[in-house]
Amino acid sequence: MKVDRRSFLGLGLGAVAGIAVSPVGIKLTDDSSIWTQNWPWTPVPVDGEVSYESSVCSLCPGSCGISVRKIGDRPVKIEGLAGHPINDGGACLHGIAGLQYLYDPSRVKTPLKKNGNTFEAISWEDAISLVAAKLADIRNSNAPERLAGIMDKDLGSVSALFKRFFNTFGSPNIYTLPTLESNLQATAATVHGKGQTIAFDLENADFVLSFGAGLIEGWGSPVNGFKANASRKERHAKLYQIEPRLSNTAANADKWIPVKPGTEADLALAMCAVILKKKLFDSKAVANFKGGVNKLNALLQKTYAPSKMAETTGVKSSDIDTIATLFAKAKMPVAVFGKGRGDGAQSLKELVAVHTLNCLVGNINKKGGAFVQPETAYLEFPAESMDSIATDGLTKAKAGRYAHQVFEKINAASQPVVEALFVYNANPCYTLHGADNIKKALGKIPFVVSFSSFLDETAKQADIILPIHTFVERLEDVPSCAGLAKSVVGLTKPVSPPIFDTKNPGDAIILIAKALEGDIAQSFEWDSYDDCLESVTPGIWDDLSEEGVAVISEGIPTGSVAVNVSFLADNPATVQAQGDDSLTLIPIDNMRLPSAGTAASPFAVKTVSDTILKGTDSVVEINPLTARGLEDRGYATLTTPMGTARVRVNLNEGMMPGVIGMVEGLGHDFDNKYVSNKGTNINDLIGPVIESGSGLDAAFGIKAKISKA
Amino acid sequence: MKQENNKAHKFGMVIDLDKCTGCGSCMVSCMSENNVPFKEDESNKKDSITWMRVYKITNGKSFPDTEIVYLPRPCQHCGGKGDHGHSPCVSVCPATATDYGYDTGIVSQIYTRCFGCRYCMGACPYHARYFNWWDPKWPEGMENYLSPNVSPRMRGVVEKCSFCYHRYQAARDKAYVDGRDDIEEQEYQTACTTACPAGAIVFGDLNNPAHAVHQIVKPDPHPDPRNKHIVGKSRNPNVFRLLERLGTNPKVYYLSEREWVRKAGDNYLEGEWDEIKNHHGSSSHD
Repeated sequence: MKVDRRSFLGLGLGAVAGIAVSPVGIKLTDDSSIWTQNWPWTPVPVDGEVSYESSVCSLCPGSCGISVRKIGDRPVKIEGLAGHPINDGGACLHGIAGLQYLYDPSRVKTPLKKNGNTFEAISWEDAISLVAAKLADIRNSNAPERLAGIMDKDLGSVSALFKRFFNTFGSPNIYTLPTLESNLQATAATVHGKGQTIAFDLENADFVLSFGAGLIEGWGSPVNGFKANASRKERHAKLYQIEPRLSNTAANADKWIPVKPGTEADLALAMCAVILKKKLFDSKAVANFKGGVNKLNALLQKTYAPSKMAETTGVKSSDIDTIATLFAKAKMPVAVFGKGRGDGAQSLKELVAVHTLNCLVGNINKKGGAFVQPETAYLEFPAESMDSIATDGLTKAKAGRYAHQVFEKINAASQPVVEALFVYNANPCYTLHGADNIKKALGKIPFVVSFSSFLDETAKQADIILPIHTFVERLEDVPSCAGLAKSVVGLTKPVSPPIFDTKNPGDAIILIAKALEGDIAQSFEWDSYDDCLESVTPGIWDDLSEEGVAVISEGIPTGSVAVNVSFLADNPATVQAQGDDSLTLIPIDNMRLPSAGTAASPFAVKTVSDTILKGTDSVVEINPLTARGLEDRGYATLTTPMGTARVRVNLNEGMMPGVIGMVEGLGHDFDNKYVSNKGTNINDLIGPVIESGSGLDAAFGIKAKISKA
Repeated sequence: MKQENNKAHKFGMVIDLDKCTGCGSCMVSCMSENNVPFKEDESNKKDSITWMRVYKITNGKSFPDTEIVYLPRPCQHCGGKGDHGHSPCVSVCPATATDYGYDTGIVSQIYTRCFGCRYCMGACPYHARYFNWWDPKWPEGMENYLSPNVSPRMRGVVEKCSFCYHRYQAARDKAYVDGRDDIEEQEYQTACTTACPAGAIVFGDLNNPAHAVHQIVKPDPHPDPRNKHIVGKSRNPNVFRLLERLGTNPKVYYLSEREWVRKAGDNYLEGEWDEIKNHHGSSSHD
């Protein structure tokens, strides 16, 4: 066939016309749009009946009421519970993201036993009998004190069960990690006597003088802090914030007073000196002070006069004078202590010095002041049944006053100091200073049992991991603490069935006690933790089970409070930072990253600014004046006496010159790519500095140098 | 039931920047309410999907006079020039995947209509829109917390804040069942509003004088005499909108007592701010 011009054009036009009228083109377009919109891998959330259950969040000491939205049996959202006495509807980002902890596939799903460098899954029966057998050996060798325990806190019935277990076992060696609450108790014990704690009436105070307390950065009960701060704005009450860095609290305050890190105690004492010199104190209150007021006054005027402290603290002496005067003349002033979240390292000298300001102006147990009240007590346990091994064991000396001293002792000793260690809800291998030394110490303990929901840094060192429920799956009483003016107990309820083969930690300890038989088992006769909780909270169980919350006390505590100033009158030494370099590295508490042992949720990490975490690098804050030769966002090498880290630099005018700030809560190293292996753990770069006398780790920072990498 | 539900709502928000603490609750509440996914590295903020994003702003001064403020930025739900519903993004969408709700003032986003041209992202002056460069992936088991009220999105579509429209639908359904014509102020609140622990976010109907948001904003009923495209300018001297002079007419207002913060809401030529800072709607010309 001959193809001429005419037939070629005819065919071509015919083809064009044919394609144009044919449905094939339209069909293909339609198909392709259907195909490109076919996403079988995109999940379709299952629908169901909506219900709401109220509970309490126990991720941090805040103890906020939460409302959990469920679709069928499935919790889908956590929100703040309106009307709850602590948070009244608001919630923090960690609580809201709580379901990411619940459903996290990297949770510990079954009991695990260490086998060489890996873990193998075992049954609960096997795990409990392994633990019981080891503990029985320790008891049989008549050295029950060689069982040690570390918990996050000493509050609520689960902690009480652990303590009860240690008592009936015969070991005095149970420790808690430092928290704001333990710092408050230590301060109260020094100034007012043992068994008490301190709270701050921030909702009513008209002048808040905060020595670095991150009132809107997770200090105390965080949501309550946000609310008190918002109400402060409405009441036009003043907040003066003293710290080396323009934190969010400082930025939100009426005045930011930059102070050289580690000199907060000196500044507080200089202010005490002003108040005493200008006779601005409450003479009625001061007349009742014990422990040598005149001696203290003489010391303050001689050593801590503002003119002498201006150089030390970096605050002008006229400013010290003005602020102290404003504070003393305010109607309802309160001085708040506990740097950052309040759980970090700080010296007793600093805590007591700041609290002495409260005592001097006579705001103790007054509206808008500091409340000194007995520690919350509502648990009524039956008497313990003790055998002779237990009674003997309890008479032996503790291995140390605080957990870090025990670890130091273990590292120093050639003989085993501790045969077995229980770790509950704590991650000392991450949160304590000099984390490497803590890991080393754990390695020297023959048998470590971790009660944990996650395979965190400490759980990884354990020989047995007993997986526990998250707060969404368990029943537990959650007492408020951490400086909150009212004392309430909330009830955490299992709003979700257990996702994995986990148990309530209370049940785990009851099972271990029962397996040990004898007097120990007799002291744990409950069928389950749920039974135990009901029977040990007789006074408040009705409120707890019906309302979800029981108010133990609110309002201003009554009764007079003794004040003893002998601790300060003896002029304790100010703790100095370790090292000789010219810069000081300080930790930064950021609301979006928890500093405690639990890593942030993926959502929380997502909200973290790229001026804090970039890729897998921590970004440190430094004043442009200090950062000679360093570029913004450029790499740098940060060196302290404890170690070196590669970091990025954020040139920040909100940082005092001479200071480097690094955020807490990064640098976890476990298997969860969304939250772990990001940035540096600042606790690896700071070593403990023990305050003589109190035994507290008071390393507020460490000397450091930084150079371009 | 009488059908009197013809009055148009104009849902809007006012955020008190003096109360905002930058805590991030609004961001996480939004993510968990709206099934927003997460990925391994979210530190590249250009591809990190956050319908609500909290920006940190400084006054640019050096130590120790530096100040910081946090500015939460949801979709501004612009009414467009003259508030006629021609929002910057709506006007450019070739697929009608984003549209203006004349009964609510809410700018919608319909994922299945979107084919990912991203014109809207270019048009949005507030960077409130995000593109799904990848399919969302939830770690095994985590899809169990997904809410059935909001469809998870897929690769290749744009998404943004909807003022929690599903909450409006639920409130309206409930009102219908109860035989009511309209919803109460507290029945429809966005997830960020209810989560804010500082109470910095107030949400409601800007057209309803009984609503807190109207009382704080006091929207000017007349167009701005300096620029007739600007409608609903606040008569509260401490309230401003972002890039207000563009005439996009956002329904998100900001509140601050600090002048430098209000000034940070737009770009001003030298001297311009002093001329404009005391101008609070048509009445200030009387």
